[in-house]
Amino acid sequence: MENTDPALLPSIIFTTAAQLVDCVDKKLLVVLRDGRKLIGILRSFDQYANLVLQDTVERIIVQSMYSDIQRGVYIVRGENVVLVGEIEPEKEESIPLKEVSLDEIYAARQDEIDHRRQRELTKNSKLMDIGFSIDTQQDDMY
Amino acid sequence: MLFFSFFKTLIDEQVIVELKNDMSIRGTLKSVDQFLNIKLDDVSVVDEVKYPHLSAVKNVFIRGSVVRYVHLPGAVVDTALLEDATRKEAASQASKAGGR
Repeated sequence: MENTDPALLPSIIFTTAAQLVDCVDKKLLVVLRDGRKLIGILRSFDQYANLVLQDTVERIIVQSMYSDIQRGVYIVRGENVVLVGEIEPEKEESIPLKEVSLDEIYAARQDEIDHRRQRELTKNSKLMDIGFSIDTQQDDMY
Repeated sequence: MLFFSFFKTLIDEQVIVELKNDMSIRGTLKSVDQFLNIKLDDVSVVDEVKYPHLSAVKNVFIRGSVVRYVHLPGAVVDTALLEDATRKEAASQASKAGGR
Protein backbone atom coordinates (compact mmCIF):
# COMPACT_ATOMS: atom_id res chain seq x y z
CA MET A 1 0.00 0.00 0.00
CA GLU A 2 2.97 2.35 0.55
CA ASN A 3 3.89 4.20 -2.58
CA THR A 4 7.31 5.70 -3.02
CA ASP A 5 6.61 7.51 -6.26
CA PRO A 6 6.12 11.20 -5.36
CA ALA A 7 3.98 11.66 -8.45
CA LEU A 8 1.28 9.50 -6.86
CA LEU A 9 -1.17 10.79 -4.30
CA PRO A 10 -0.36 10.18 -0.62
CA SER A 11 -1.21 6.60 0.28
CA ILE A 12 -4.03 7.57 2.64
CA ILE A 13 -5.98 9.14 -0.23
CA PHE A 14 -4.79 6.49 -2.58
CA THR A 15 -6.60 3.64 -0.85
CA THR A 16 -10.08 5.13 -1.27
CA ALA A 17 -9.34 6.42 -4.72
CA ALA A 18 -8.34 2.92 -5.77
CA GLN A 19 -11.88 1.82 -5.05
CA LEU A 20 -13.86 4.27 -7.14
CA VAL A 21 -11.33 5.27 -9.75
CA ASP A 22 -12.27 2.39 -12.07
CA CYS A 23 -15.92 3.46 -11.91
CA VAL A 24 -15.24 6.92 -13.36
CA ASP A 25 -16.99 7.62 -16.69
CA LYS A 26 -19.12 4.52 -16.24
CA LYS A 27 -22.86 4.25 -15.76
CA LEU A 28 -23.53 3.65 -12.09
CA LEU A 29 -26.42 2.97 -9.79
CA VAL A 30 -26.12 4.98 -6.58
CA VAL A 31 -28.37 4.09 -3.65
CA LEU A 32 -28.84 6.86 -1.09
CA ARG A 33 -29.69 6.61 2.59
CA ASP A 34 -33.25 7.81 2.02
CA GLY A 35 -33.79 4.91 -0.39
CA ARG A 36 -33.51 6.89 -3.59
CA LYS A 37 -31.84 5.26 -6.55
CA LEU A 38 -29.87 7.43 -8.93
CA ILE A 39 -28.48 6.22 -12.22
CA GLY A 40 -25.85 8.38 -13.84
CA ILE A 41 -22.33 8.62 -15.16
CA LEU A 42 -19.67 9.11 -12.49
CA ARG A 43 -17.48 12.07 -13.35
CA SER A 44 -15.66 12.74 -10.09
CA PHE A 45 -15.38 11.66 -6.46
CA ASP A 46 -13.21 12.16 -3.39
CA GLN A 47 -12.14 10.29 -0.26
CA TYR A 48 -15.53 10.87 1.44
CA ALA A 49 -17.32 9.27 -1.51
CA ASN A 50 -18.75 12.65 -2.47
CA LEU A 51 -19.82 12.04 -6.06
CA VAL A 52 -20.49 14.02 -9.20
CA LEU A 53 -22.99 12.33 -11.50
CA GLN A 54 -23.86 13.44 -15.01
CA ASP A 55 -27.05 12.73 -16.99
CA THR A 56 -28.63 11.42 -13.82
CA VAL A 57 -32.03 9.83 -13.69
CA GLU A 58 -33.85 9.02 -10.49
CA ARG A 59 -35.49 5.62 -10.68
CA ILE A 60 -38.56 5.02 -8.56
CA ILE A 61 -39.26 1.34 -8.04
CA VAL A 62 -42.51 0.05 -6.60
CA GLN A 63 -42.93 -3.74 -6.51
CA SER A 64 -42.17 -4.79 -10.09
CA MET A 65 -42.71 -1.43 -11.75
CA TYR A 66 -40.32 1.43 -12.27
CA SER A 67 -40.23 4.91 -13.70
CA ASP A 68 -37.35 7.28 -14.42
CA ILE A 69 -37.20 11.03 -13.79
CA GLN A 70 -34.56 13.05 -15.63
CA ARG A 71 -32.50 14.98 -13.08
CA GLY A 72 -29.31 16.21 -14.75
CA VAL A 73 -26.09 16.81 -12.83
CA TYR A 74 -25.87 15.74 -9.20
CA ILE A 75 -23.31 16.39 -6.53
CA VAL A 76 -24.01 13.82 -3.84
CA ARG A 77 -22.59 14.39 -0.37
CA GLY A 78 -20.71 11.25 0.63
CA GLU A 79 -22.49 10.66 3.93
CA ASN A 80 -25.73 9.97 2.04
CA VAL A 81 -24.26 7.25 -0.13
CA VAL A 82 -25.15 3.66 0.72
CA LEU A 83 -23.66 1.92 -2.27
CA VAL A 84 -22.37 2.52 -5.74
CA GLY A 85 -22.89 -0.26 -8.27
CA GLU A 86 -21.54 -0.56 -11.76
CA ILE A 87 -24.34 -1.41 -14.21
CA GLU A 88 -23.72 -4.16 -16.72
CA PRO A 89 -25.15 -2.89 -20.02
CA GLU A 90 -25.93 -6.42 -21.26
CA LYS A 91 -28.00 -7.23 -18.19
CA GLU A 92 -29.68 -3.85 -18.06
CA GLU A 93 -32.34 -4.78 -20.61
CA SER A 94 -33.32 -7.94 -18.77
CA ILE A 95 -34.15 -6.45 -15.38
CA PRO A 96 -37.35 -8.03 -14.05
CA LEU A 97 -39.17 -4.70 -13.91
CA LYS A 98 -41.77 -3.08 -16.10
CA GLU A 99 -41.49 0.58 -17.06
CA VAL A 100 -44.64 2.57 -16.36
CA SER A 101 -45.57 6.25 -16.51
CA LEU A 102 -44.70 8.67 -13.71
CA ASP A 103 -48.34 9.07 -12.71
CA GLU A 104 -48.72 5.34 -12.35
CA ILE A 105 -45.59 4.99 -10.25
CA TYR A 106 -46.59 7.86 -7.95
CA ALA A 107 -50.00 6.28 -7.45
CA ALA A 108 -48.45 2.86 -6.76
CA ARG A 109 -46.01 4.39 -4.30
CA GLN A 110 -48.77 6.23 -2.47
CA ASP A 111 -50.77 3.00 -2.28
CA GLU A 112 -47.80 1.25 -0.77
CA ILE A 113 -47.22 4.01 1.79
CA ASP A 114 -50.91 4.00 2.78
CA HIS A 115 -50.92 0.23 3.01
CA ARG A 116 -47.83 0.23 5.22
CA ARG A 117 -49.21 2.96 7.45
CA GLN A 118 -52.45 1.05 7.85
CA ARG A 119 -50.58 -2.10 8.82
CA GLU A 120 -48.44 -0.14 11.28
CA LEU A 121 -51.54 1.37 12.90
CA THR A 122 -53.17 -2.04 13.27
CA LYS A 123 -49.99 -3.50 14.73
CA ASN A 124 -49.55 -0.64 17.16
CA SER A 125 -53.11 -0.80 18.42
CA LYS A 126 -52.77 -4.58 18.93
CA LEU A 127 -49.52 -4.04 20.83
CA MET A 128 -51.10 -1.26 22.86
CA ASP A 129 -53.96 -3.62 23.83
CA ILE A 130 -51.55 -6.06 25.37
CA GLY A 131 -49.68 -3.38 27.26
CA PHE A 132 -46.70 -2.38 25.12
CA SER A 133 -45.77 1.24 24.79
CA ILE A 134 -45.31 2.36 21.20
CA ASP A 135 -42.43 4.39 19.92
CA THR A 136 -43.98 6.06 16.89
CA GLN A 137 -40.82 7.86 15.87
CA GLN A 138 -39.85 6.71 12.41
CA ASP A 139 -36.16 6.02 12.08
CA ASP A 140 -34.17 5.98 8.85
CA MET A 141 -32.17 3.04 10.26
CA TYR A 142 -28.76 4.58 9.64
CA MET B 1 -5.68 -0.28 11.69
CA LEU B 2 -6.08 -3.89 12.88
CA PHE B 3 -9.42 -4.44 11.18
CA PHE B 4 -8.19 -2.85 8.00
CA SER B 5 -5.29 -5.33 7.94
CA PHE B 6 -7.65 -8.15 8.86
CA PHE B 7 -10.00 -7.37 5.99
CA LYS B 8 -7.07 -7.21 3.61
CA THR B 9 -6.30 -10.85 4.45
CA LEU B 10 -9.87 -11.71 3.37
CA ILE B 11 -9.56 -10.33 -0.14
CA ASP B 12 -10.87 -12.71 -2.84
CA GLU B 13 -13.06 -14.52 -0.32
CA GLN B 14 -16.84 -14.86 -0.56
CA VAL B 15 -18.55 -12.66 2.03
CA ILE B 16 -22.05 -11.42 2.79
CA VAL B 17 -22.29 -7.77 3.76
CA GLU B 18 -25.36 -6.82 5.76
CA LEU B 19 -26.23 -3.13 5.58
CA LYS B 20 -27.98 -1.00 8.15
CA ASN B 21 -31.06 -0.87 5.90
CA ASP B 22 -31.34 -4.69 6.31
CA MET B 23 -30.20 -5.40 2.77
CA SER B 24 -27.66 -8.23 2.47
CA ILE B 25 -25.27 -8.48 -0.45
CA ARG B 26 -23.20 -11.55 -1.29
CA GLY B 27 -20.02 -11.17 -3.30
CA THR B 28 -16.28 -11.60 -3.61
CA LEU B 29 -14.33 -9.12 -1.50
CA LYS B 30 -12.21 -7.12 -3.91
CA SER B 31 -10.83 -4.29 -1.81
CA VAL B 32 -11.08 -2.51 1.51
CA ASP B 33 -9.77 0.87 2.61
CA GLN B 34 -9.08 2.62 5.89
CA PHE B 35 -12.77 3.59 6.35
CA LEU B 36 -13.68 -0.07 5.81
CA ASN B 37 -15.42 0.88 2.59
CA ILE B 38 -15.85 -2.41 0.79
CA LYS B 39 -15.76 -3.30 -2.86
CA LEU B 40 -17.46 -6.52 -3.94
CA ASP B 41 -17.37 -8.35 -7.26
CA ASP B 42 -19.95 -10.75 -8.77
CA VAL B 43 -22.62 -9.50 -6.41
CA SER B 44 -26.03 -10.97 -5.74
CA VAL B 45 -28.59 -9.63 -3.31
CA VAL B 46 -29.77 -12.17 -0.76
CA ASP B 47 -33.41 -11.08 -1.04
CA GLU B 48 -33.61 -10.51 -4.77
CA VAL B 49 -37.40 -10.08 -4.81
CA LYS B 50 -37.24 -7.18 -2.38
CA TYR B 51 -34.30 -5.42 -4.06
CA PRO B 52 -34.69 -5.97 -7.81
CA HIS B 53 -32.68 -2.88 -8.77
CA LEU B 54 -29.34 -4.58 -8.16
CA SER B 55 -29.92 -7.41 -10.63
CA ALA B 56 -28.03 -5.61 -13.43
CA VAL B 57 -25.12 -4.66 -11.19
CA LYS B 58 -21.88 -6.60 -11.33
CA ASN B 59 -19.72 -4.93 -8.70
CA VAL B 60 -20.51 -2.58 -5.85
CA PHE B 61 -18.71 -0.10 -3.67
CA ILE B 62 -20.28 -0.05 -0.21
CA ARG B 63 -19.60 2.88 2.07
CA GLY B 64 -18.11 1.66 5.36
CA SER B 65 -20.48 3.78 7.45
CA VAL B 66 -23.58 1.87 6.28
CA VAL B 67 -22.29 -1.63 7.02
CA ARG B 68 -23.82 -3.48 9.95
CA TYR B 69 -22.15 -6.90 9.64
CA VAL B 70 -19.76 -8.72 7.36
CA HIS B 71 -20.43 -12.46 7.35
CA LEU B 72 -17.20 -14.35 6.74
CA PRO B 73 -16.51 -17.95 5.85
CA GLY B 74 -15.27 -19.38 9.15
CA ALA B 75 -12.54 -21.46 7.57
CA VAL B 76 -10.53 -18.48 6.31
CA VAL B 77 -10.19 -16.76 9.68
CA ASP B 78 -7.08 -17.77 11.62
CA THR B 79 -8.40 -16.95 15.09
CA ALA B 80 -5.08 -17.71 16.82
CA LEU B 81 -3.28 -15.28 14.53
CA LEU B 82 -6.01 -12.69 15.03
CA GLU B 83 -5.71 -13.04 18.79
CA ASP B 84 -1.95 -12.55 18.59
CA ALA B 85 -2.36 -9.50 16.40
CA THR B 86 -4.92 -8.06 18.83
CA ARG B 87 -2.53 -8.47 21.76
CA LYS B 88 0.30 -6.90 19.79
CA GLU B 89 -1.90 -3.98 18.75
CA ALA B 90 -3.06 -3.48 22.36
CA ALA B 91 0.55 -3.61 23.59
CA SER B 92 1.71 -1.08 21.02
CA GLN B 93 -1.23 1.20 21.89
CA ALA B 94 -0.35 0.92 25.58
CA SER B 95 3.31 1.72 25.02
CA LYS B 96 2.35 4.69 22.85
CA ALA B 97 0.02 5.98 25.57
CA GLY B 98 2.70 5.45 28.25
CA GLY B 99 5.29 7.33 26.21
CA ARG B 100 3.23 10.51 26.24
